[in-house]
Amino acid sequence: MAQAAVVETAEVRGTSECLTFYVGEQIFGILVARVQDVLADYSISPIPLAPAEVLGSLNLRGRIVTAIDVRRRLRLPAPEEQLRQMSIVTFHGDDLYSFIVDRVGDVIALDPRTFEANPPTMKAHLQELSHGVFRLKDSLLILLDVDKLAQL
Amino acid sequence: MDDLLQEFLTETSESLSTLDIELIKLEQNPDDAEILSNIFRLMHTLKGTCGFLGLPRLEAIAHAGENVLGKIRDGELKATPEIVTLILEVIDRIRMILVALEEQQAEPEGDDHDLRERLEKAASGEAGASTPQPSMKSEAQEAAPPPPAEVQQKEAASLATKQEEAPEARDGNGARTGSIGSQSIRVNLSVLENLMTMVSELVLTRNQLLQLTRDQHHEQLNVPLQRLNQVVSELQEGVMKTRMQPIENAWTKLPRIVRDLGQELGKKIQLVMEGADTELDRQVLEMIRDPLTHMVRNSADHGLERPEERLAQGKPEVGTILLNAFHQGGHIIIQISDDGRGVDIERVRQKAIANGLATEEQLAGMTDQQICQFVFRPGFSTAKEVTAVSGRGVGMDVVRSNIEKLGGNVELTSTAGQGSCFTIKIPLTLAIVPALIVESSGMRFAIPQIAVQELVRLAGDDDRRIEHVEDTPVLRLRDSLLPLVHLRKLLRLPTQKEEMERFIVVARVGAYSFGILVDRILDTEEIVVKPVSALLKKIPVFSGNTILGDGSVVMILDPNGIAASSSEINLDNREEQGAEDQEMQRQESLAMLLFKASDNTPKAIPLALVRRLEEIESSRIEHSDGRPIVQYRGQLMPLLTVDPQQRLDGDEKLQVIVFANEGKPVGLVVDEILDIVETEVDINTATSGAHLIGTATVAGKATDILDVGWFLEKSFPKMTLAPGQANGQSPRRRDILLIDPDDFHEGLLRPHFLAAGIALHAAPSLKAGQQECQRRPIDAIVIDLSLLANGLEEKEAVAALASGEHPIIGLTDDPEATAQPGWISEVVRRGDIPRLMSKIAKIQ
Repeated sequence: MAQAAVVETAEVRGTSECLTFYVGEQIFGILVARVQDVLADYSISPIPLAPAEVLGSLNLRGRIVTAIDVRRRLRLPAPEEQLRQMSIVTFHGDDLYSFIVDRVGDVIALDPRTFEANPPTMKAHLQELSHGVFRLKDSLLILLDVDKLAQL
Repeated sequence: MDDLLQEFLTETSESLSTLDIELIKLEQNPDDAEILSNIFRLMHTLKGTCGFLGLPRLEAIAHAGENVLGKIRDGELKATPEIVTLILEVIDRIRMILVALEEQQAEPEGDDHDLRERLEKAASGEAGASTPQPSMKSEAQEAAPPPPAEVQQKEAASLATKQEEAPEARDGNGARTGSIGSQSIRVNLSVLENLMTMVSELVLTRNQLLQLTRDQHHEQLNVPLQRLNQVVSELQEGVMKTRMQPIENAWTKLPRIVRDLGQELGKKIQLVMEGADTELDRQVLEMIRDPLTHMVRNSADHGLERPEERLAQGKPEVGTILLNAFHQGGHIIIQISDDGRGVDIERVRQKAIANGLATEEQLAGMTDQQICQFVFRPGFSTAKEVTAVSGRGVGMDVVRSNIEKLGGNVELTSTAGQGSCFTIKIPLTLAIVPALIVESSGMRFAIPQIAVQELVRLAGDDDRRIEHVEDTPVLRLRDSLLPLVHLRKLLRLPTQKEEMERFIVVARVGAYSFGILVDRILDTEEIVVKPVSALLKKIPVFSGNTILGDGSVVMILDPNGIAASSSEINLDNREEQGAEDQEMQRQESLAMLLFKASDNTPKAIPLALVRRLEEIESSRIEHSDGRPIVQYRGQLMPLLTVDPQQRLDGDEKLQVIVFANEGKPVGLVVDEILDIVETEVDINTATSGAHLIGTATVAGKATDILDVGWFLEKSFPKMTLAPGQANGQSPRRRDILLIDPDDFHEGLLRPHFLAAGIALHAAPSLKAGQQECQRRPIDAIVIDLSLLANGLEEKEAVAALASGEHPIIGLTDDPEATAQPGWISEVVRRGDIPRLMSKIAKIQ
C-alpha cells in the first residue's frame, strides 16, 4: 500500500497512465496504479447512519468495499436525471473503496508538459482533493488524489 | 536488529518469567532442591549467554545473582523472603536492561554496583544487607510492569506451540532437553493471520455453496459437497488450534504480583491456579491479561482481610485467591474467587446513592446480587483508601468493557464474610461467530448470538404488552420491565409500514438486558466478522460487517453500542431534530457586504439591505439639528457614521452605503468598501456592542455584523436608542412567520432572527401567510397591521390566521392606537426591533 502511495507521488510528474472518468461534464483522472477494478454491474447495500458521501457497501469477490459518491464528495450539484453510474474500485490503507462516477473513460497517458498546478479559481475543497490539472486537447483534466478522496 | 540479539531477547524474557515463578515457589518451599537447582541453572545459563554476546553489564549482575543462588544451593545460605526479594530485584533489573537493549541495540549506560554490593553482602551472610530501599523497590516495580508488557508481546509474537515445550520442562523433569523440544517451530505471526483469513473465506464460500445447493437438488454434487463440508470444518478447527494457547500464559505474572502485594499490604495470600492448561485464542489471551490482573489485585486489596481479622473470624490466616479456568459449551469460563470478606453491600448501596446512580427506593427493591453489579460502574470504588495498588476505582468498568469487546461477559457473585467470585465467560473463537439475522425496514442486520438472550414475538395485537414509562417504550416480560429500542428509529431507517415491528430480540449487555424491536427474524448463520472501513468506525452501533451466504453485505450490530446510543434517542427526538435544523439555519448562506469603517476590523451587513453604494463629496454635507445630511436624489438623506465621534468635514470623497427605510434614504459613511461575499454565516452574539448583532467569520476573518436597525433608529431623533437587544437564545428552534409586504423590513429582521436561532418565514400578503401556516407548524406570527385594513379576500385569510393557536404580534406605526383586533396578543412599534425580539423570545 505504501508502495502505491510512492508510485502516486513519483509518477504525477512523469508520464503516467491515468484512468479518466466523468462526473457531469467534467473530466477527472486517477492514476491507473491505484485502480483495482472497474465495475458496471454492482449492487450497493446502504449503511444506516453513515456520512452522506458514503452510499453503502458492496461485495467484490468476497471483500467488502465501501462505496463513495464522488459527486457529493466533490460537492458538485446534483444532476436533473441520475443515470446508471459506474464504480471504480481503489484501495486506501487496508480498505477497498469504490468511487461511484457517471461515466468511465479511457486510460490515457498524461504528458507531464501539460501539467499545471491547481488554478487559483478552483474551489478550495476541490483543490485539496486534486493533485493538479492536465491540459487535454479540448478540456482540462483534474487529477484526483485517491487517498484524500477516501478520507472524507 | 541482529537476529542473534533478537533470539536472545526472546529467550531471556521467557527465562525471566520462569525465574519469577520458580523463585516464589522457592519462597514457599525453601528447601526444595529441585526448584533450587532449576533456578540456579537458569541464572547460570543467562550469565553465560550474556558473556558470549558481549553484554558486560548484564553479565555482571547475573553473575552476582548467581553467586547468591549458588550459596543457597550449597546450603550456606537460607532462602529467606528478604533474599528472595533481592533476587527478584535482580530479575527486574535485568528486565529493565533488556528493554533498553531492545530499543537501543546496546546496553544502557549505568552500573548496578549498588545492587551488586547488596548481593555481595547477602552472599557473605550479612544480615540486613538485603533490605530493599523503598524507592528502589517501587522503582523496580514501576519498571517491572511496562517491560513485562513489552516483553510479553515478544512472547506472544512467537508461535503458540513453542509454549508447549515450557510446561514440559518445568514439569519437574529438570533438564529442558533439546531433543524433546524439537517438535515445534516458530512461525511468523502474519503468516498465521493470512492463513486464518484464507480459511475464513473458505468457510464463507462453503456456506454459500451449501445455501445454493439447498434449493436445487443436484445428485452428483451431494457427495463431494458433504466431503468438502467436513474437510473445511476440520481445517477451520485446525487453524483455530494454531492460535490457541494455554491460559497459563496470562497467569505467569500473577504469582509474583500476589506475592509482592501480600508483602506490601501486610497480608498473607496464596494464589491457587487450576485449569492452567485450558486453551484459548491468542488474541483473547492478550486482552484478558490486564483485566485478570486487575481483578486479582482487587481481591488482594479489598477482598482479603488482614491475618488478624481472618483469625478472629475463624478463617485460616492465609487468604486464598483461586483462579479456575475450564471450557463450557463453546466458551471458556474463568473464575477469580477469594475467601475474603465479600462485597460490602451496605457500602455499595451508599456509594450508589452518593454517585446518583439509584435512589433509596430503587435500591430497596433490588436483591443483594443486583446491588453488587454497581461495582461495575465507572468511578465506583468503595475502598476507604485508594491505594497505589488498586488505583482510583477506574478499573472495573474498564475491565467489563474490555471483556465485552471480546464478546464475553463478566459477573460478580458475593457472600458477605465468605468471599466473592468474578466469573468471566468468553467465546472460544473470535473470527467466526454464530449470528442471528434480523430485518428492519427491509434491511438485514446480524446480531452476535452470544449477546442474544431470548426472542419474543408480539403476536397479533399484543401491543398492550408494550407500555411506556416516561416516553421510553418497555415490555412487560414475566415480572420485569424490559426497556425497548426501536431499531428502525435508532438507525433512522425509512418507515415502510407502521405496525411492522413484531419481534423483540432480548439482548444482554453485562447484567443489563434490553429489547431490540425488529420487523422480522430470519435465521442464524455463522458469519466471518470483518472490521468496518475507517470511515465508519465512529458509528457505535456497528461492531463490524460481514458477507452472508447469499453474497449480500450486512452490518453487524453491537448491543453495547445500541444500549449506549439508545439512551440518547430516548432523551429527545425533537431536540435532536431541532438542533439539526438550527445547525442548518445558522449555516444559512447570506450575501454580505464587507467594508471598513472607523477601525481595521472588517464589518459586514446583509447585502439585501443595501440600496446603493455612493461616493459623496463631503462638501455637499449640510447640517440639520446638528446632524449631517445631504441632498440625495431629491430627498434629504441623513448620514450616519459607525464611529459616532467621526467628523465628516474636510473635502474628501466619502464612501456611503445607502439604505432606504420606507422610501426614505439613509446613508452610512464608511472608510472603504471591501467586497461582496456569499457565505455561510454563523453569528456569535456573545460579545457585541449595541450597534452590532454579533461577530462572525466571513471570508476567513472575524467580522463585526452591524445592526442596521440600530443605526436607523439613530437617524430619527424622536426614537429612543435601544440598549442592545435582549436576544433570548432558545434551545428549541422556533418558526416565526412574518407577514409584511416590505422586504426591506424583512431584510432588517432576518439577521436578528438568524442570530437568535429562529427560522424566519416571510409572506408578503395575508393570503400567502395563510398558505405558509398550512405548510408548516408556526410558533408565532408577526404581522404588519396596515395589511388588515383591506378587502374581502383578506378577511378570510385573517379569520384563518386568527383561529390558529399561535400568538400574533402586530407591527404598527402607532402603538398608542387602541383599535386593535382582539386576536392580536401584542403590539410593537415597527422600528423597535429589540422590543420585537424580546417579545418573541418570551414565546414558548
